[in-house]
Amino acid sequence: MKKRILSALLLIGLLCSVLSGCGDGSAAAGSGEQSSTGSSTGETVQGGEITVGIAQDLDDSLDPHYAVAAGTKEVMFNVFEGLMKPSPDGDLICAVADHYNISDDRLTYTFTLRSGVKFHNGETVTADDVVYSIERCADTSGGAPLVAAFSNIQSVKATDDHTVVITLKQADNEFLSYLTTAIIPKDYDQQATAPVGTGPFKFVSRTAQDSIVLERFDDYWGQKAYLDKVTFKIIENADSLVLSLQSGAIDLCGHLTSTQVAQLSGYNILEGTMNLVQALYLNNAQKPFDDVRVRQALCYAVDKQQVLDLVSDGHGKAIGSSMYPAFKKYFMDDLTDYYTQNIQKAKELLTEAGYPDGFSMTITVPANYQPHVDTAQVLVEQLKAIGVNATIQPVEWDTWLSEVYSNHNYQSTVIGVDAANMTARALLERFTTGNSGNFINYSNADYDALFAQAQATGDEDEQTAIYKKMEQNLTENAANVYIQDLADLVAIKPELEGFQFYPIYVLDLSGIHYVK
Amino acid sequence: MKEAAKRILMLLITMVIVSFLTFLAFDLISGDPATSLLGTEATPEKIAALREQLGLNRPLLVRYGSWIAGFFTGNLGTSYSYQLPVGQLIRGPLLITLCLSALSFVLITAVSIPVGVHTARRTGGALATVSVVVNQLLMAIPPFFTGVVLTWVFSILLKWFTHGRFPGFGEHPLASVGYLLYPAVSIALPRIAMTVRMLCSTIRGEMEKDYVRTAISRGNDRSGVLYRHVLKNSMVPVVTFLAQTMAEIVAGSIVVEQVFAVPGLGRLLLASIGNRDYPVVQAIVVILALWVVLAGTAADLINQRIDPRLRLGGAK
Amino acid sequence: MKRKMNGYLLAGLVLTGTLTLLILLGFFWTPYNPTAMSGSEKLLAPSLWHLMGTDNFGRDIFSRVLKGAGTTFLIALCTVAIGGVFGTLVGALTGYFDGAVDSILMRLNDAMTAFPSILLALVIISILGGGKYNVILALGLVFIPSFARVTRTAFAALRDVNYVKSARLMGAGSARILIAHMLPNTMQVLLPAVTIGFNNAVLAEASMSYLGIGVQPPDASLGYMLSESQGMLGSAPWYALGTGLMIVLLIFGVGLIGEGLQRRNGEVD
Repeated sequence: MKKRILSALLLIGLLCSVLSGCGDGSAAAGSGEQSSTGSSTGETVQGGEITVGIAQDLDDSLDPHYAVAAGTKEVMFNVFEGLMKPSPDGDLICAVADHYNISDDRLTYTFTLRSGVKFHNGETVTADDVVYSIERCADTSGGAPLVAAFSNIQSVKATDDHTVVITLKQADNEFLSYLTTAIIPKDYDQQATAPVGTGPFKFVSRTAQDSIVLERFDDYWGQKAYLDKVTFKIIENADSLVLSLQSGAIDLCGHLTSTQVAQLSGYNILEGTMNLVQALYLNNAQKPFDDVRVRQALCYAVDKQQVLDLVSDGHGKAIGSSMYPAFKKYFMDDLTDYYTQNIQKAKELLTEAGYPDGFSMTITVPANYQPHVDTAQVLVEQLKAIGVNATIQPVEWDTWLSEVYSNHNYQSTVIGVDAANMTARALLERFTTGNSGNFINYSNADYDALFAQAQATGDEDEQTAIYKKMEQNLTENAANVYIQDLADLVAIKPELEGFQFYPIYVLDLSGIHYVK
Repeated sequence: MKEAAKRILMLLITMVIVSFLTFLAFDLISGDPATSLLGTEATPEKIAALREQLGLNRPLLVRYGSWIAGFFTGNLGTSYSYQLPVGQLIRGPLLITLCLSALSFVLITAVSIPVGVHTARRTGGALATVSVVVNQLLMAIPPFFTGVVLTWVFSILLKWFTHGRFPGFGEHPLASVGYLLYPAVSIALPRIAMTVRMLCSTIRGEMEKDYVRTAISRGNDRSGVLYRHVLKNSMVPVVTFLAQTMAEIVAGSIVVEQVFAVPGLGRLLLASIGNRDYPVVQAIVVILALWVVLAGTAADLINQRIDPRLRLGGAK
Repeated sequence: MKRKMNGYLLAGLVLTGTLTLLILLGFFWTPYNPTAMSGSEKLLAPSLWHLMGTDNFGRDIFSRVLKGAGTTFLIALCTVAIGGVFGTLVGALTGYFDGAVDSILMRLNDAMTAFPSILLALVIISILGGGKYNVILALGLVFIPSFARVTRTAFAALRDVNYVKSARLMGAGSARILIAHMLPNTMQVLLPAVTIGFNNAVLAEASMSYLGIGVQPPDASLGYMLSESQGMLGSAPWYALGTGLMIVLLIFGVGLIGEGLQRRNGEVD
């Protein structure tokens, strides 16, 4: 969840007005236009090497279709591209595709491939590779397709060497955002350990628990990267990571906390958000959280601003439902203050629900993620005011996955949930009854009905309005105690420029360069 | 020969127990490779399919049997996470951790034995008191904290090494040893203090024994007695203690590798436990256990040389 | 058999006594609520109001150190008790008896020693959950083999000593020989093992905290606080200083008692 990535951010407006796009090729789609993060002071230098600190190993399959860890996808974003790819502004732009056309019934997508796109092994991308990649992700032999939305695909065909036609079973407004799925060469079986893609950087080597090395891909179709070589240095221990930054071994490092940043000197600090929904997630099927009044009482007991102040010196953005601000179209800031701290009201609600003296509860937290542990600590203090005696149970990530996420064997948990892909659906669908990602066991008939409506409608505005109603439903029923979208602080050496925040969990290296 | 055969058999039994305990441990622990590999994309169907594919549904003893069979034919299996052969995956980290452990052990023995013997001879006096105090201080600081302090002083202030830039044995063997010196010191410091203390009290205890008193009262030189008899006789517990230290160095290196961002076996072990990557964990545990058991066996052999009463199956 | 007090013992008793009193006091009263947070009092330097300053949640470090020392003391003491009692038992049995008992117990003991302690701790914490009692259980188990090894050697060395032989000839039972005749004479190795064990337990708990499998927040042990404080060494060095000082004093006091006891024994023998 915290380690999940959105694969793209869909600007629905794009779909509404223009049903075909990207005709003008690389100028718009390339990574050449850098919205600079600091004032650009010097002359751009071509070449050079940097070391990037990352807090988790890529101990995952490197095959883009099988990798699940957000940390892996974050790094491999530089190696792989789909037909489409996300831009820093949250648009979908053409990558391997040169342009596309959507039929009037919204069932047929015709992609024309960009000519001369090469894989890192030197071969040219053909329509067959594209069909292979998409079919591979739609294949159901592993129990379910690798990309769930691809179960909607009727057929994928290469009509000629550079044209691919995808036919859907039913219209899906959000389908395009799933086509950021990586295009890989057909019949290459080393993807898991020696990946080959079309991105601006090519994979060189991986040393377990030590480093991943990427080099610039000189035959890249678009604006080529500046840096010759990038080494990702894996330092899983947060304090050790800070020591490496202090000693100067690392040139760039993201996802730092305000405490970590406070130890640093000699770096520029950039601030963004993590693009996740951090909340005290409640197991709605378990007593006492099966009672909406109890859940609301918890919401009234919590002071979000104090959490932000204590955990991250006020950085981050308070939120009120399962949506974060980067989804500009869907984010409803008025829900943020739907519940403001009101101890009296919280106590009344608890009394009504039959818990006049409060109760005891357990908060399960993945121990390796300090911001969640810290947030839980603050919540424990705040809940004391309404007589709720909470205990923190830190667990390993894998225990969290199996006990909390898969088996729903928990009372409450602090975690950050992000979207599996770039659609509002990815954040909201999980709370429908019986969904496999519905780890809070939320079950609300209105909510389910709204979701069905949203899928059925062909109209963008109507769909957005329904999604907003769903957000409101979650807030009003206090499905969870929503807290914040965590701050994402990035430390970068002053001689480096060109870092860009994305509305999704990726680290784009292609624009980063030295300045003289 | 019979003795040697018996030793090897004992060693094998120990290793079998260790490897079986590891298997058992992972059967008890929550989570499994399937949930870990699928992450938040797990659905009950996907988990079931993957478990079947990885052979996790077979009974414990069958899995253990096939692992043992693989082990003796030199096949350590394939890592679930990295999808690489385990042997290939652990070679580099193993070298690093062995080097780190050896370095720590050399530091411990090279410093603590002379210091211990020297301190034992001085009874009373301000200097002795100071050494006791210093010793106690060193013992009280956890290795990870020593590591942080060493980094502050030698990496951030003095810039003698760059924390987080471990050169790697492949290209820079000497520089790598240089880097490992700092973690080795972090591991060694409290152990040195403990060994000195141990040595001191053992020697003192021995010095109080009748034969030593008699020897000294007969006019033998105190140092002579110390080096000829006392040291030899006080070595048994010290050697045992040092073998024990070997096990603790390994545990210490797991923590200190984290502090110094050294890509050793300890970090791989922790990560693999986290990922429930059994083949890797299993291999590392067996290697670490072998290292400890060999140290113990060496200690036993040395002790039997020193004190024949300890010989296996010796006269009662 | 008059046993004298010596400087080490006295100093150790005074220091440990004072700390114990402080820790006991901490159970009933601390200057501030050790878990109460305050956004306006984050990372304050030591002052008259906050003797050791405040941490990143604005909690009073001195109050937390008092509480944390209690947790650490309890963990170390119980760990040594578990390890010492069971370890000595195993050591005595294997050192005194030969044959099947010795073989089986020593093989198990070797396996336990060889099994990476951190993995054992992880397994126990993972099955039973975190919290100080499970930490004690985990560490106690980890500590048994080292005690067993040390005492085994001592018992084995005593097995053929004359007075033990004569006791056996006079028909004394094994239990009596082990407890009455041999155990007192193993004190020479057992005592330093206990003080070193206490020391090791504090360090091991700290390491577990560093790896995130120790005591759970908002409770804190000194080890947990020290591992937390090192991440703020640059911005709040007093956090590490206060916590570190308490650890050192705690271990120091117990160490002095051990040193003193040993010297006293040495003088009497």
